[in-house]
Amino acid sequence: MAELLQFISSGLTVGAIYALVALGFTLIYKSSDIINFAQGEFVMLGGMTTVFLTLAGVSVPFAALIAIIVTTAIGLALHRFAIEPARGASPVALIMITIGASIFLRGLAQIVFDRRFHSLPPMFGADPIQLGGAAILPQSLVVLASATAIVTLLWLFIDRTLLGKAVLATAANRLAARLIGIDTRRIVDLSFAVSAAIGAIAGILITPIALTSYDVGTLLALKGFAAAMLGGIGSAPGAVVGGLVIGMIEAFAAGYLSSNYKDAVAFLIILVVLVFIPQGLFGRAKVERV
Amino acid sequence: MSALQRFALTAAIGCLALFSAGDRASAQIKIGAVLSVTGPASFLGDPEKRTLEIYVDEINAKGGVNGQKLQLVVYDDAGSAENARTFATRLVEEDKIVAMVGGSTTGATLAMMQVFEDAKIPFISLAGAIQIVEPVRKWVFKTPHTDRMACEKIFTDLKSRKLTAIALISGTDAFGKSMRDQCVAVAPKAGISIAHEETYGPRDSDMTPQLTNIRNKAGVQAVINPGFGQGPAIVTRNYHQLGIKLPLYQSHGVASKQFIDLAGPAAEGVRLPAAALLIADKLPSNDPQKSVVVNYSRTYQAKTGQPVSTFGGHAYDGFMILIEAMQRAKSADTSKVRDEIERTKGYVGTGGIVNMSATDHMGLDLSAFRMLEIKGGDWMLVPGT
Repeated sequence: MAELLQFISSGLTVGAIYALVALGFTLIYKSSDIINFAQGEFVMLGGMTTVFLTLAGVSVPFAALIAIIVTTAIGLALHRFAIEPARGASPVALIMITIGASIFLRGLAQIVFDRRFHSLPPMFGADPIQLGGAAILPQSLVVLASATAIVTLLWLFIDRTLLGKAVLATAANRLAARLIGIDTRRIVDLSFAVSAAIGAIAGILITPIALTSYDVGTLLALKGFAAAMLGGIGSAPGAVVGGLVIGMIEAFAAGYLSSNYKDAVAFLIILVVLVFIPQGLFGRAKVERV
Repeated sequence: MSALQRFALTAAIGCLALFSAGDRASAQIKIGAVLSVTGPASFLGDPEKRTLEIYVDEINAKGGVNGQKLQLVVYDDAGSAENARTFATRLVEEDKIVAMVGGSTTGATLAMMQVFEDAKIPFISLAGAIQIVEPVRKWVFKTPHTDRMACEKIFTDLKSRKLTAIALISGTDAFGKSMRDQCVAVAPKAGISIAHEETYGPRDSDMTPQLTNIRNKAGVQAVINPGFGQGPAIVTRNYHQLGIKLPLYQSHGVASKQFIDLAGPAAEGVRLPAAALLIADKLPSNDPQKSVVVNYSRTYQAKTGQPVSTFGGHAYDGFMILIEAMQRAKSADTSKVRDEIERTKGYVGTGGIVNMSATDHMGLDLSAFRMLEIKGGDWMLVPGT
């Protein structure tokens, strides 16, 4: 029983990390159909900028704030200077641009920061909370709570504000959205900025658990993307559920089967799910009206 | 000045520079190096390159070797074995080097080995794997200690604590895999039984399921974590999180101050084998390696402003073994230098005391490793090792 609880705790920890990363994919996809592969680099930038500002003597909360602002600006710049000029191109070409941006940001981080691993102090100490024989880190709960909070805020934003409706309209039909007076460029600007901010927050919160380095984004983006796909890309609750499901599968596979195959098991299950529900667990199937 | 004139002038200056460079080079001893200065193995190649540059300058400032100045030709393989092989060929055919130091990774070294064997140029590798010097190849040497020695050192320490049943939790990266295989291979001979095995991916962020299984396995007396990068830091933290009380051993792969920083208080009591270089200031003054490691760390820190790593030390050792061999050979003739490298006896380096022979092209024994324990956020030398 204690071990089951421990596996669940591990699954929640890892799953919450994936969920936070996956959330960053949803908004950009919602507004522009682009899967932003530089999302992992936003996560890295959030963590690394905070670490280096802290090393320079800035207090952690203030450093985190600056890191979020810097990353948001980079997200905005990515859209303005790389995506927007190529807006006529197909989504595949735009996705290629984000991959290029991801490689560029990783290279830049190597030079601006360094190539070492770094950590941040956890928000509520490093002493684990004992729960029925399982030990869970307070920071894992912080990550989980933040993922929930971000989902709620995103939902409120998209469903309850006019601006959110404008995002949906832009996603549905850019030309029509422009015809009714929505500044679609601004809307996509906004979605890149918010996604970058979500990425940065994710990076800051997971660094005390998973550590960070200039190249931490690659694999996180891959896992986050898998989580977003599993949950149904574009769906915020789907991203969180997808992340938690993958985290749980990995933990249980490592605990009960073999740690050698945990990644294989996770990806196998994702494949099977996507074969039967191609739009993901929470995704809406695309309906073409003729 | 017209554009054409400017072009002609630039071209002329360019040619002049080229010729004079070529002229100067002919009177020099060319030493080649292919290092992973950038890319995933840059933590190896970067300090190695800096070290070589520092000491080439130092030797040249003292008048060079046998009256000839040294010229270092460094290529960056960016962690790719394929690039390394291309650069090795270029070093042999175009740069016409007389000796080679480097090959940061095992992959790069294995890919380059045949090039230098064929060209009959001495090659001192800075990579870890035992396959580089076993079987012995005539022109290939190496300076770093091997994974097998790290396993043997840990096993010796375990025996002295009367612990014989262990669990392994190893990273699935190249380093973790290689060391795991070596540990499994030498365990029976050392009288150690492996009761349980787990693995983790090099970028995993939580290893508590694996460690829970180890905790629940009856009969395990100690845990060894062959691994590299951030994995061992997370294993150590999770170990502490789960409150496991068994002795935990890390490998020489994480023997850096960074590991203590990353693992935090959880690192207390963790033991690991490491080269003397890391604890230069803690070595007793009668230790034979004391002066060489202290000098190297001071020089390196002063010139680069960065803390020393064992990897830079391997480059120092490789370079100095080569220089001493050239001095003994009184020439830079490749085959004479090779013979002298093989005759290296009692060379005191940062990695240990090197005694090479025709059958041993590494020349280190277990005394190259010191067993360290982390106490109060710093290394302590475990007495009697």
